[in-house]
Order: sequence, then structure tokens, then C-alpha cells
Amino acid sequence: MSPSIVIEVALQGLLMGLVYGLMALGLSVIFGVVRVVNFAHGEFAVLAMYTAFVLFTALRLDPFLAMLPVAALFFVIGYALQATLINPFIDRPEHEQFILLVGVAIIMVNGLLMVFGPDARHANLSYSFDSWLIETPFGSPVIVDKVRAYAAGAALVVCGLLFAFFRYTLTGTAIRACADNLVGAAVVGLDVKRLYALTFGIGLACVGAAGSMMVALTDATPMLAPSFTLLAFTIVIVGGLGSMAGALVGGVLIGVAEAMASLFVAPSMKSMVSFALLVAVLAVRPQGLLGRRAA
Amino acid sequence: MIATLLKATPPRARVLLALLLCVLLVAPAFADRYVVSVLVLVFWFAYVGQAWNVMMGFAGLLSLGHALYVGLGAYVSAALFVRLGIGPWAGLPVAILASVAVGAAVGWLGFRFRIEGVYFALLTIAFAEVARIGFDHLAWTGGAAGLFLPVSTGGGGAWWNLRGGPVFFYYLALALACIAFVLCAALRHSPLGYRWLAVREDPEAARALGVNVFRARMAAVLVSAALASVGGVFYAFYYNNLFPSQTFDVARSIEIILAPIVGGLGTLFGPILGAFILTPLGELLIALTEKAGLNAPGTKAVFYGLCLIVIITLAPNGVWPALKKRLGIPQEEA
Amino acid sequence: MSTLLAVAGVSKRFRGLLAVDDVSLSVADGEIFAVIGPNGAGKTTLFNIIAGVYRPDGGRVVFAGQDITGLSPDAVCAAGVARTFQIVRPFPGLSVFENALIGGLSHGGAIAQAREAAGDTLRLLELWDRRNQKAGSLTLPDRKRLEVARALATGPRLLLLDEVMAGLRPTETDRMVAVLRMLNRERGVTLVLIEHVMRAVMALAGRIHVLHHGATIAEGTPEAVTRDPAVISSYLGTEALG
Repeated sequence: MSPSIVIEVALQGLLMGLVYGLMALGLSVIFGVVRVVNFAHGEFAVLAMYTAFVLFTALRLDPFLAMLPVAALFFVIGYALQATLINPFIDRPEHEQFILLVGVAIIMVNGLLMVFGPDARHANLSYSFDSWLIETPFGSPVIVDKVRAYAAGAALVVCGLLFAFFRYTLTGTAIRACADNLVGAAVVGLDVKRLYALTFGIGLACVGAAGSMMVALTDATPMLAPSFTLLAFTIVIVGGLGSMAGALVGGVLIGVAEAMASLFVAPSMKSMVSFALLVAVLAVRPQGLLGRRAA
Repeated sequence: MIATLLKATPPRARVLLALLLCVLLVAPAFADRYVVSVLVLVFWFAYVGQAWNVMMGFAGLLSLGHALYVGLGAYVSAALFVRLGIGPWAGLPVAILASVAVGAAVGWLGFRFRIEGVYFALLTIAFAEVARIGFDHLAWTGGAAGLFLPVSTGGGGAWWNLRGGPVFFYYLALALACIAFVLCAALRHSPLGYRWLAVREDPEAARALGVNVFRARMAAVLVSAALASVGGVFYAFYYNNLFPSQTFDVARSIEIILAPIVGGLGTLFGPILGAFILTPLGELLIALTEKAGLNAPGTKAVFYGLCLIVIITLAPNGVWPALKKRLGIPQEEA
Repeated sequence: MSTLLAVAGVSKRFRGLLAVDDVSLSVADGEIFAVIGPNGAGKTTLFNIIAGVYRPDGGRVVFAGQDITGLSPDAVCAAGVARTFQIVRPFPGLSVFENALIGGLSHGGAIAQAREAAGDTLRLLELWDRRNQKAGSLTLPDRKRLEVARALATGPRLLLLDEVMAGLRPTETDRMVAVLRMLNRERGVTLVLIEHVMRAVMALAGRIHVLHHGATIAEGTPEAVTRDPAVISSYLGTEALG
């Protein structure tokens, strides 16, 4: 096997991993602040894919532009969901929260199935097959799909904006305060429930953006949803639940590992590799690579 | 043992239970094929729900991958039958052993490294997914194309090879549900059962009272996996076909946990009640959508999802505790 | 009297903070022994080391001639040491009787024996009438009593009591003192208590061990300890003696 192929596949995995990372970032932010595990995460990602797909087919809106309205829409959905359904659950046992979101997930994936059917939907972008050729000393050049590079770049930009939001804005700081010390945050007069709703909105906005990009990269089908949920969890646990940088690092790690597994073993076996990675991380470093150990 | 259990059951509950059992015993004589097949499903879900309830309801361990143990039981017994001609009764212990061994691996990994709550639930899903992908690639069991059991094998009879008709499976499923109920009732009131409850409520306090938390949790996983495995054997010989994408699917795992949650987590009647509520409603829904000419395969699942949300929001303890009060069955007394 | 519990040079450090600093003490069989000291003195950490929650960084814990250093909490309980938690932790979803029953199971697991132990300790702590109530619905004084009853149901030779008087009214404190004294005299249970309520300490303890910043500053009879200048300046203050 030519080294160029290996580099090419690794690079593909890395670029894809950044988009996965953005999706997982949403999960991580929600867990880090609201302490609720969004079991419907992959379902939201697929819903975003379909939303972007509909915008593309109906209005010829490019998925990379559709990203903005989809993210905005998902922010609203997330805010509303937290404010109505989930807020009453924040003091309930973990398994009850989990079951609530399992219910949401079931409804979403089967709702999509009822509306769009089980067949894969493909968004035909004019630049889907454009690529760059990079010369290498190994004889054959490395091919980089432009659309993947755009998606990865966009994912990095969104992540950067999110970092800045949490670090430099007043609201971002208030949300971090909630994550750090809930009682303290309530004592100083922060409206915790509103901040939770905002956070859930931001988390889903990440998923909305990532889902829109993914339409450009893969076909949409409802059946992707559970595997996306698992993928997001795997990434976040590997990187460290609640750590923003961890989600990106985990995404890249899983992206590259799965790409390598597709190349050397079989594409259908690729999630085995991420599960193996998950089990290894859980056993050796349960708080994740960049996570802090709970006191 | 059964005598002490009966003594612990309030008289009113005893009468109701006996009545229900009588009705179910004679039902096949009056009910048509369709009703019988729905009741088989009810019993089956009551059975596997009971198995899952041992882990979640008793020991407080959320497993979202119970399709794994059911599926292993199904695949091991079916493959032994199809490939090696080993009958289900001989295959049963092997099937149980396989599920218990995998359960031990999940439990060891989870409890040895203190993987708790949501993390543990994810670990169980991950193992079920690994099994799904693994069986997809395992040619010996038919891979993704599925494994099929011959419907008739001549000789051997209904009993020996579990090749009977609907009524045969009806009584088999009813027996399974009853056995699981009695077994769980006995476990619930055994020292192990009380230790499970202690661990569920507060592991740290349980430890201080001399409970070996690791051992108690491990026991819960092993018992639950073994029970689920038997449910899998039944499933394989009842349906005669197995596909990894269905058998080990997360959706299957979730279907298994619905009945005990709706009926009442940690209660003995919860899984039974839940199965009696959900399965007929689901079937009814399918029948209605078909009659309306809609071809909407997700309807039943959407309904189940709504049930989960409504129950967990309004009555997180399930239907049974409320119903129990209605029926005038008193709390258990010491 | 023979030594039942011997703690020898035990230390525990959390992220650089020395919570327990080279503490040694020995408790005789049948004694009532109190550990006092200001908040953060390391009392509860010391209990957690004895009970097996923490493994000490140095030193040894010997109980009835057996080295129990670093054993798990359930093994320590099986050896004959029971403890209560400072912040009570009843099993809220279980009945009062079931709570005590679980303690009773530690004898070896026979259910009949456990029921007997549970009934016995619940009567002793005046909780028998509430046996069918959910533990989560009890009032604080009742929860404190349940905490003691549950620990007692394990049939310990040594009972570690972490502030069982805190939050009780004076009359309730007196009842608890009477129960503990009875346990000690009639059943021969050795008691080690962490306590802030000095009235109870003075009424019960034969000897007092005083911790400050994780280290021992005094040990002796109640009379001697309360006159110790180091103890007065660091903990008791002047008004406590008044």
C-alpha cells in the first residue's frame, strides 16, 4: 500500500473528525453545564441534515450557508426544549433524565422515518468532487476533497467563536459560573434556568451547524441517528466529558482511527475501533484525555 | 420458599393473581390466533422486562444494551441447532454461559473501574454494538444475511426441539413469565435482594454496612444476563430467523426496558403490567394505521417514545404503585 | 482492659493538605472514647481511615489484634467495626425495617437472623413503631437514630459515631446519651464518638482525644482535657467552660 493512500485517508479522517468534534462539542457543553446527558444528540444531528437538505433542494441554498439559519433554528429548539421539558428534570435522578431523552430520541428518529422514509438522501453540490492534488515524495500525489476541507474549516471557525463566547462575554462567563458552582451562581442572582436553556440552545446550535455541513459530506438517512449519538458520546468520553478542547481532540482521534480501520480492516468494522478506544479510555482514564477528575 | 412468598403476599393480591392466571390458562381455547400471538409477545416482554428489572430496578444499574444478552442467547442456541444439530435444551446452558460470560466482562470493566451511571449505560450500548458488528461479520452464524431455523425437523416432537405450534409457544411463554416472576420475587426478598436495594439506594452507605458492592452488582448483571439469555433462546425458536441488525439493535434494547419503566421500576408486577399495557396498544396502533391505509412504520415507536416521556414526567415510579393503591393492596409490612 | 482498637502513627494527605498528621490512639475494650476538635481538625478523616474509606499514607490500624489497614469498608464492617455518617445516609426509598435489616445481614446473611437483629435494634432505638415508614420520610432526630440502629444491627464490637448528637434538641440528646450508655454497659459495645456537643461528651466519655489541624494536642480524662491550656485556646474557648 502506497504511503500516499495512508496519508490521504488519515487526512480525510482528520477533516471529518473536526466536524464530528463540533457535533460532540454540543453534547459536551450541554453535559458540562446542565449536567444532563443528551441522548437524542445524534437524532438532532440527523434532523439538522434533513433541514439543510430540504433548504438545499427547495431553495438551492448551499449547506455551508444553510448552516446559519439551521443553527439559529436549532438554538431556538434547544432553548424551548430545555425551558419546557428538561428543566423540571434537573434535580431528578440521572436515569430519569436519560429515559426522558431516550423518549425524545425515539420520537425524532421514527418521525424522520415517517416523513422522509428510510432511503438515503443525497445533496448534489456542484463542487462535491473538486479536490486538490498535493505532490508527495512517494510517487503518487495525495488527494484532498475540497468539500471536506471547507467543512473542517467551518467547524474550526464555529468552535473558535464558541470559545470566545464562553471566555469573553458576560453571558458566557455566567454560564461557566453555573457549571462551576451551581449554588454559588444562584446565590449571586443568576437566572440558572434561563442560562441552562441558553446552554442547551447553544449545544443544539453546534449540532445544527455540524449537521448542515455533514449533508455536503454524506447521505442523510434516519438510521444514522443512533450511530451519531454513540459517536458523539464516544468522542466526548474519549476527549473528556465537559471539556471543549477535549471534544475536538476526541473527534480528530476517532475520525483518524475510524478512517485507518476502514483502510486496513473493513469499512463496516470501523466503529469497532472507536468502541475499543472507548473501552480503553474508560478503563485507563475514565475522566477522558482532557477531562478533570471529579473531586 | 414459595410458601413464605405466598404468606408475604397480601390476600387481595393473591386472589387477583390466581384469577388472572386462570384466565390466561384457558385463554387459548377461546381466543383466536392473533390474540394468542399478541399474548405471547406480552409474556415475552414481561419476561425480559423482569430480567432487566433485576439490574435497574433492584440494583440501580442502567443497562441500555440488554439486547446483547437476549441476542447472544438466541444466536448461540440457534447456531448450535442449525449448525451442529444440538437441540435447544442442550443448547440452553451453553447460551446462558455465553451471556453470563459477556455480562461478567461488562460488569468487571464497569465496576472494577468505577464506571457508573450514564457511563455504565453507554458501556452496555457499546458492547451491544460490538456484538452487532461482530455477528454481521461472523459467517458461521450467517453474517448480516441472517440465520434461519428449519421450521420442521421431523421426529423429536414439539417439546424436544421446541418446534410446536402457536398454542405450544403460548404456554411456554406463560411459563417463562411465571417462572421469572417467582424467581424475582424470591430474589427480591433474599439477602442478595436486600443488598441490591441497599446498593441501589446508596452504595457508600451499603459498603459501611458490610455489603460488598462489587459482588452485589456483579451478581445482578450475571442473574440478569442469564435470564435474558433464556428469553433469547425462546425468541430464536419462536421466530425462526435472526438478523444482527435487529437482534442487537439499540431499538430492541429500548423495547425491552419500556415495560418495566411504564409498569413500575423495581416492582415485581411492573414488568408484567407494563407489557400488558404497551404490547396490545402497540399492536392496536399498527392495526389502526394499516386500516387507515397509512404505511408508516415508525408509528408504534413514536407512540412508545411518547409513553416514555409521559410516564417519566408524570409518574416516574410507573403505573403499578398507583394501581396498587387503587386495588386496596396494602404496603408490605415487616 | 485489653486494647480493642489501636491507631498507630496514621497520616493522610489530600493534594498537599495534611488532613491527619501522625495520629496515634488506643481504645480499650468496653471503653467510651471521644474525639473532639474544631471543624476541619481531621476527625472525620480519621474515622474514614479506620472504617476503610481511605487508605492512610502512613501508619497502621489494628482492631482486635488484626491489622485492618487499607481493608475495604465492607471488610472492616465484617471484622466488627460499624460506623455512622456525619451527614446521615439512610436508604430513603426503603422502609425503616429494611434499612436495619440490611445491617443485620452482615452476620453471614441468614434472613431470619437479620430480621431478629433489625427488630432488636429498632426497639432499642425506639423506632419499632415507625418500622414500616419510608426512611426518607423520617424527621432528622429519627434519621439519626436509624443511622445508629442500622450500624448496630451489624453486631459490632466497636461503634464509630460521627456527630450523632448534632441537630438534636437537649431532650433528644439526653435520650441518645442514655441509649449509648446502655449499649456500652449492657451489651459491651465499645464506642468511639466524634462530638461537638460537649454536654454529651462529658456525660459519656471516659477519655477524650483532641485533634487540631490534623494533629493530636491532648488526650486524657474529661477533667484533665478541659483544663489543658492548649485545648482551651484552640477549641473550647473560655465560655465553653462556664
